[in-house]
Order: sequence, then structure tokens, then C-alpha cells
Amino acid sequence: MKVDLTVNGKEITADVEDRMLLVHFLRDVADLTATNIGCDTTSCGACTVLLDGESVKSCTVLAAQASGHQVTTVEGLASNGAMHPVQRAFHEQHGLQCGFCTPGMVMAIVSLLKENPHPTEEQVRTGLEGNLCRCTGYHNIVRAALAASEVSS
Amino acid sequence: MTPARPPPSSGEWDGSPAPLGGPWAEPLLAIDTVRFVGEPVAVVITDGRYQGEDAADLVSVDYEPLPVVLGPTAAVSDEILLFPAASTNVCVSQACPADDTPFDACDVVVERDLVNQRVACIPMEGRATAASYENGKLTVWASSQNAQVSRFILAGALGVAPDQIRVVVPDVGGGFGAKIGIDRDTITIAWAARKLGRALRWAETRSENLVAMTQGRGQLQHIKIGGSRDGRILAYRIDVIQDIGAYARIGGLLPFFTCLMAPGVYDIPDVQAGFRQGFTNTTPVSAYRGAGRPEATAAIERAVDLFAAEIGMDPAEVRRRNFIAPDKFPFQTKTGALYDTGRYADGLDKALAAAGYAQFREEQERRRVSGDPRQLGIGISCYVEITAPDPDLGETAKLEVTEDGSATVYTGSNATGQGHRTAWAMLVQDELGIPMDQITVIHGDTDLIPAGVGTHGSRSLQLGGSAVHKAALEVKDEARHHAAEMLEAAEADVVLDTATGLWQVRGDPDTALSWAQVAGHTSGGSLIADVSFAQERPTFPFGTHVSVVEVDTETGQVRMLRHVTVDDAGTVLNPVLTEGQRHGGIAQGVAQALLEEVLYDADGNPLTSTLADYAVISPPDLPSFELVASETPTDLNPLGAKGIGEAGSIGSTPAVQNAVVDAVSHLGVRHIDMPATPQRVWTAINEAWKASNQ
Repeated sequence: MKVDLTVNGKEITADVEDRMLLVHFLRDVADLTATNIGCDTTSCGACTVLLDGESVKSCTVLAAQASGHQVTTVEGLASNGAMHPVQRAFHEQHGLQCGFCTPGMVMAIVSLLKENPHPTEEQVRTGLEGNLCRCTGYHNIVRAALAASEVSS
Repeated sequence: MTPARPPPSSGEWDGSPAPLGGPWAEPLLAIDTVRFVGEPVAVVITDGRYQGEDAADLVSVDYEPLPVVLGPTAAVSDEILLFPAASTNVCVSQACPADDTPFDACDVVVERDLVNQRVACIPMEGRATAASYENGKLTVWASSQNAQVSRFILAGALGVAPDQIRVVVPDVGGGFGAKIGIDRDTITIAWAARKLGRALRWAETRSENLVAMTQGRGQLQHIKIGGSRDGRILAYRIDVIQDIGAYARIGGLLPFFTCLMAPGVYDIPDVQAGFRQGFTNTTPVSAYRGAGRPEATAAIERAVDLFAAEIGMDPAEVRRRNFIAPDKFPFQTKTGALYDTGRYADGLDKALAAAGYAQFREEQERRRVSGDPRQLGIGISCYVEITAPDPDLGETAKLEVTEDGSATVYTGSNATGQGHRTAWAMLVQDELGIPMDQITVIHGDTDLIPAGVGTHGSRSLQLGGSAVHKAALEVKDEARHHAAEMLEAAEADVVLDTATGLWQVRGDPDTALSWAQVAGHTSGGSLIADVSFAQERPTFPFGTHVSVVEVDTETGQVRMLRHVTVDDAGTVLNPVLTEGQRHGGIAQGVAQALLEEVLYDADGNPLTSTLADYAVISPPDLPSFELVASETPTDLNPLGAKGIGEAGSIGSTPAVQNAVVDAVSHLGVRHIDMPATPQRVWTAINEAWKASNQ
């Protein structure tokens, strides 16, 4: 079927299988490989992107469902060559090690801070329950989220 | 298609971390017998992702059910054999002495089984491989901890000369031991690419990963500890049964390490340790962050708490009375380890002070007296572990400074998130004064770095880092020679200012030469050192973890309040990277204590084969961690460094488990097996209550 998505501000039209997942569309069709796949049960959040500004797990959305909508991946966060405050906070707080969960974590935190610009540590932890990381013990990811919320204030 | 079997290696375990061969050899695809769910039976190659899933559905296999071996006890009972050609399931063993004499002389003896349950490693990136075959050369991209070892494995399995294979390890999404080398699935992709003469790629799904990637732990331990009523431990025994799953991919290394590290940080006059390792119809068990050492620490630290409870002494005090004294290093243990340096009481004191141990004991007493449904538990774990357990294999480093003044490091170590690029660049900058942004670190490409070992056993900094340091010193010596020539000065009078990266005659800044100028003076336009560094012996980091938990006695729910650690891995190069290693290890260790467990039904079907079923630890399960700094250098390498990669998962598990038991010990509970799920905790409280009211 024909789908028509706007990804990071760029319109992409393609003929894809009906069953194609959004994450596969992003990686295989749009060639945006930052968004990773960490599970097959919507549990890990590595594939988190924004759909019309709301965070979704792109392994559980069909490309067809996203047709006619705006998708933002981590590649689309920086503006004018400057990192988004959440990206910068990850850099400054050593919020990543292997980096595999990072694109999803960053998008989840962008979405979290949009809903709640000044979360407590507990609210950050609860808000990130659907995003798994095996390297950092979440310690510096939580610090990065809190640091980014400071910056945005 | 059926790939060739890898050539069998010798049948007996020679102590090396290689797969068992002979009757125990693992085929690439199952031949006649499938031994575990997750064992590959066929390869399907298609042009597209979805087409592949459809095609795989068309593969039809008629399975004839065979009797199943599950769990450690059955693994060594030999009632059912996984490999009938071998006469036993017990593939590796080390006899455990059964001398009760030292225990007979003790005031108090405690004896029991401890379960160190099987857990899944779960790097966020599963196994993934691409392979191409062009002009007689096989190129394999692998998600691995060791490019050069992977090439060696491929060469052996495919019968191809190593120089006809290039292994590239790009950025890897976590390893944790499960990506040491490569396994049969990656070999099969490489075989198929070569056979078909075309490029192939493969990435497993998470539900494949949870049945096919090697898992960790999987021990049943029988422990016996005895001592005097004044808190002196006089004898300790640990008899391990290792469930190794369906194939022994690293020989008998896991229980071997458990026995080697059995007595932990204690000076115990009599230590007895042994193991039997048996096969089961489950996913193979191999290295997972700690690989045999967390199991040793969990056993001795639980045993010490059991002993402390029996004699009614504070567990911190029992530990203090039994530590190996700081003046006894290097210390030869009864189990054959030679500890290099350690200040164990120091670590305990620092951790207790940072945690506010005394205040927590007071608060605990208040809650006990008032019958608060939410009880407080404080758990302590003191550990020592072995890092760079293969020090003689060493590590390689090549350093090149070129006439543009930049430096390139080629390292045999492989990063899977630890930050090798940052750390190695720091080492070069420290020694040569070349700024980090002009230093490139390259790893994981056997065409560029033919010799190397890689990353496992917390070996990278002490071996790979020391090699980089050694290369920098050699480059500096060569540069001094050239600078002296250029400045027409004696070499002894030429100095390098590492703050500016400038060479000059001592005391004469006008003579300053840059690295670019000095490198440009050489005939080839660059300064190169190609070295390897080996270490005489392994190193032994140590520390103390203190965990504070709250247990809801009405539901059995455990909530972590604090986790304070002292992790002493010698001299610290980069505090931020070091802390990152500690954070991640702590979380994985807590996960084993509270949440995670791989489960099978009675027929050997996995029950935890998705992340919806397997309870991976998530952000709300954890507090922020409190890390206390401590540095006791080793004299075995020039950096004074020991390994830090596995300290967190070794130290944290027993601290948390001890805290949970401590929270409900006044109710008569002496032990709760891991993971301490609400159901387990609630059942333990209830059974203790029933026992005390009979």
C-alpha cells in the first residue's frame, strides 16, 4: 500500500507492505537507523519516536497508521547544528554507555518534559518505566532528565 | 542446507575457556537431536525481512519428544543423558573435600542450600551479524566483545585461514559476557555467505535472544560454615552444582571461578570447595557480568550472615573479625588465588559511615518495637573478585603520531559501551600532551588490528590501557631522539611539556618543537610504536556494598531505599567512566536479588521468552546510587589499575538479599532464595510465623 509520512519535516512517500511496522519504515525505507529495535513486545522503548508530538513505540505502530502524520526521530531533534537540551544533558551527565537505548530514552524524556516540565526524580523514574537500559543502571539517565528540566526552566 | 560441523576439540577440559569438544561438541545446526528450545534447526535466507518470517513459517519439523533434564540436581543425577555417547552428564568436576573435622571443632555450624538462579543477560542489542564473501575474502561484521577471537573461532569452524577472514566489530549495544567471541548462529551466517557468495545479514528478535543467547549463573550451592561464639569463622565449605545448559561453551570456567574465590575477603583456616557441572535441556549458560565470581560472593556473604544470626552478633562485626589483615598481602588463599592488594576493613568502615549504619539500626529497632508493617532491612556485602584472569594473554596497542601532529591508537580491546575511546585518548594525552580531540582510537577491525584479545573479565584498562601507556612511552622515547637531533642537543637535555605538547631544550622555550615537526623529521613521516602488554598475575579489586530496603510484611513487597558502595579497583583513570561501570553493575546485581529469573515448565519450555514475561529491572525499581571513592593501587601494572566492569554485579546482589532477610529476621526468617519476589518474601514470613506458633 501507498503511505505518505512526514519524517523530521521531510515528506516520504513509499509503497510498502500493509503489515510494515513504523520502526521498519524508519530504518529500512527512510534510512534513519538511529531508532533501534530492542524487543518484540513493546516492553523496552528503544524504538520510541514522536508521532504528532506524542511519544509512541514505533514497533507497535504500523507505517500505515502513521501515514498522513508527523514523525520525529532522534535525528530530527537538533536544530541549526545545536543539540536539543535533552541530548546535551545526556552528553554532559554521561547518560549513555553502549548507546543502544539512548535514542528511545531521549525521545521518551523529550515527551515526558513536555507533559511535566519540572518532574521530581520519582516522576522521572515512573515516567521512564517503559524504557529499558542495561548499561547505566538508569542513574545518569535520570540525572540527565533532571538536568534537562533545569535547562528548560 | 547443512553447514559442516566445527572440528571437535579434545574431550577433556584443560582449564581454558573454550567450548568442550569430543562427545560434548556443539554442532552449528541441530543434527538428529535438539537439546534446548532456541537451538537452531534450519537456516532460511530471503531477500526481505517479512518474506523471511513467512518462509520460516513453512519450515516443518517433526519432533519426537525425549525425556527432559531440568535443574542442577537432575543435571548431575545421570538418570537421563544429553549426550549418550558420553557416559555421564557431568562434563567437568572438581572434587569437593568432605572433611568434617574442622567443623566438629566449632561452637556453631550452619549448613544449607543456596540457589543462585539462572538469569538472562539482555544487552539491549541482541546478536546481529552481516557477512559478505568477495574475491576469496570473507568479511564478517559481528556484535562481539572480541574481534580477533571471533576471527580465530571463524577460521577454526569454517576451516579457512585467518588471513582470509576480516572481522569488523562496529559499535556494540552491550555485551555483559554474552558476546565473548561469537556463537554458532554468527558462524552459520558467515558459512552461508561464503557458500552462496553473497552478502547476508541477520539480527535476532528479543524472543529469540531470550532462548538462544547464553544465560548466566544457574548454580545450586551447598554451603557449610562454622566458627566460635566470639565471631571467628574457622571452616567453610561450598559444594557447587553448575547447570551449564545444553552445551558447555566456556568449559568449566564458571564453577571453577566460584571455587577459586570461595573464601572471599576472609582469613578462614579451613576452606573446602568443589563442583560438578552438568548438562540440562536448556539454553547454554556462560559468562554474565562476573562469571562465577558473583556466585562465590553470594554464597560466602549469605553464609556469613547466617553464621552471624546464629551467634547473635552484628553482621558488620563478624566481618570485621575475619578480614584478611592489610599487612598480609600478597595473600595466598586456601583455594589457590594470590590476592595482590586489599584494605577490606577500610572499605567496610567507609561504606557503613556513608550509609549511616548506626542510625538505620536504631530506626530498624523502632519499627520492630512498634510492629510497623513496613520493616527496615540493612544488608552488607564485602567482596573481592579476580580481574584480568588471563593476564599472560595480554593486550596489543599500536600508536602512531603523524606529521599533522595527530595521534591514532589501534587497540586490541573492544568497547561495548565502557568508553575505551575516551580512556585511551586520555592515556595518550597524559603522556604526550597531544589534545584528546586530535587522538583517534580504533578498535574492532582485524585488518587494521590483526592481534588482540578483546574485552572480558574486566581486563581492558589494566591490560589494554597499560599497552597504550607502554606505546606512548616508546613513541616518546623515539620522539626525544628526533627532537634532540633537530635541536642539536643531548637527549637528556630535551624535555616534553605535556601541558602544551611541545618539545624543547630544558629551560629554553625558544627551541620549542611541535609533535607535527618532530613526526615530520622522521623518514616515514610518523612515529610508531607497536607493543603488547602482559601482566604477571591477575588483580583483585574489592569493596563493600550496603543496601537498605523496606519490606511490606503484609504483601512481601520489597522497596530499595538506599544503596551505598565502596568499589576499590586501584588507581582510577576516569572517574565518570568508572562510576558508570559501577552504576550498571549495581543495577544488574539488584535485578538478580529482587526480580529476574529464567524459568522453564516441566517439559523444558521457556516461560520467560519475551520481555513481557522476564522481569528486567526498570527505572522505578531502583534508587539513585551512592558511590564512595577508594583507590588502593596494584603494583602489577604501570597504571595501578584493577578492573571495575564487574564489581557492581558482584557486590550488590548479596547486599540486597541480606537486606531483605534482615528486614524480616526478627520474625524468625533466616533465608530467602533469590529473586526475593513478593510471593517468596510473604511465604517466608508466613512460614516463620507458623513455625513459631506451633
